[in-house]
Amino acid sequence: MKVNLSVKIGKLKLNNPVMVASGTFGYAEEFKDFINLKKLGAIVTKTITLSPRRGNPPARTCETPSGMLNSIGLENPGLEAFLKDKLPFLEKLGIPIIMSIASEEDPREFIELVKRLNRYKAVSGLELNISCPNVMGQESLISQDCQATYSIVKSIRRITAKTLITKLSPNVTRISDIAKAAQEAGSDCVALINTLSGMSINAEKQSPRLAAVVGGVSGPAIRPVALKMVWEAYNKINIPIIGMGGIIDTSSALEFFIAGASAISIGTANFINPRVSVEIISGLGGYLKRKKIKDIRSLTGSLIYES
Amino acid sequence: MLQIKVKIISNKRLKGNYWHCVLSAPSLARASRPGQFLNVRVSDGLKPFLRRPFSIHNVCGGRLEILYEVVGGGTRNFSCRKSGDHLDLIGPLGKGFDYRYAQNKRVILIGGGIGVAPLLFLSRAIKSMDKLILIGARTKGQILCEKEFKNFISDVKISTDDGSRGFSGRVTDLLKNLISIEPRSKKEIQLYACGPKPMLKEVCNIAKAHNLQAQVSLEEHMGCGIGACLGCVVKTKNGLRRVCKEGPVFDAQELIW
Repeated sequence: MKVNLSVKIGKLKLNNPVMVASGTFGYAEEFKDFINLKKLGAIVTKTITLSPRRGNPPARTCETPSGMLNSIGLENPGLEAFLKDKLPFLEKLGIPIIMSIASEEDPREFIELVKRLNRYKAVSGLELNISCPNVMGQESLISQDCQATYSIVKSIRRITAKTLITKLSPNVTRISDIAKAAQEAGSDCVALINTLSGMSINAEKQSPRLAAVVGGVSGPAIRPVALKMVWEAYNKINIPIIGMGGIIDTSSALEFFIAGASAISIGTANFINPRVSVEIISGLGGYLKRKKIKDIRSLTGSLIYES
Repeated sequence: MLQIKVKIISNKRLKGNYWHCVLSAPSLARASRPGQFLNVRVSDGLKPFLRRPFSIHNVCGGRLEILYEVVGGGTRNFSCRKSGDHLDLIGPLGKGFDYRYAQNKRVILIGGGIGVAPLLFLSRAIKSMDKLILIGARTKGQILCEKEFKNFISDVKISTDDGSRGFSGRVTDLLKNLISIEPRSKKEIQLYACGPKPMLKEVCNIAKAHNLQAQVSLEEHMGCGIGACLGCVVKTKNGLRRVCKEGPVFDAQELIW
């Protein structure tokens, strides 16, 4: 039996629904020794800002139960260096390249970034990172407010025809409200979840394990939270959802499709097993065959339960 | 860089909390250079979650050796792995020691505690006849690899913090004493060090004060170990640098403590 794994996200045609999440895959070159990158559904780059960013001071990571904390603080070489040093490698892969972008102090930086990127065909889609919890000095995230989310997505939608993905934060009261705001503003898709805000303390030293004190939790520890948010958003919006948060194997990937995701992203699991994304791609195909499901798209939101 | 499953030939306690693991890994062994490290999945489950980085202690034929100290849950897990088990490894990783110009120099290796681990592989690779190693330990029962180093280095000096053997005090104090009576010119001396942070900081200070060439191998918590996550950075004169990629070996002059 031949099964279909291809999906559409906005204008993007993905050969399969498995992507790699921003910040966990560098600019892909770091993983070229481990997997055939062309097999991925899409690659989401580490977030790029207009100017280079140094990021947060070390220590930046620590292990937590079934996961980890990070506070990298959006370290990146800036737009110019990305276009010159990173994009040429990505372009050659021939698969959709989704560029994650963020603003620093002023959300208007998004506009300038998007205007510049409109000229680059190699950038297939844009993921708006309005949910990074690790920018110091920032009191709240754009994605913690419906109006702020709506207005930034709307202003970007006006100036670009590229596929827009809005990445949402789980650190909110009701994620479906934010997802709806992104949808109404013209986002082609929402990606959820970004990391959960958290901290860890070394009791002997009575000090935080991260220099920034707080950071973002990722890994299987957050999977139940992520899954519930995908399900909640799926019930309230019509645009596709890219589900992520603690996926480490085929069965955890499947959970997200069943909850309502049209595609998934592998994040922290890339650190433990750099081959995990391609293993999941073949695992999904195997599951569909075994279940006699012809198309991965019919798995999305296929949760069976009595209400 | 490879991700492979390799067979554990042996995994035994040396003394106290120090363990020695021998792996059958011909392809990795061939590719490995002194100072590089392996990122090891010590357990197949989620505890611990992340891989653990270990320096390459020695390469012998197709075998790789890891010398490690059990300090927490991850290393305890590692110590439970039995011979015959398979271990998921990524390596060799990072930039190792630069010893191209060491062959004609007076080479001083300084290892503190488990920090001696990468120095054995290095001491074998350096062909200079004029080598000295300072092995530092808290107490005489924790002195590591004295015999192994004697196979490659004629001059092995010991220091213990409690004075139970050899020089009494910090290994860096021993280094200071030796430098002060060193007859050779500063240009002819090359230091290589690995050990706890305060020790490495002191080695860097000594190197700076006497204008000596020194390379130190750092240890940091890592996310990915392959340069993608930017989690293991340290402060250098050239900005933040990744221990897993630009390191773990850095020039003493470069680091900001």
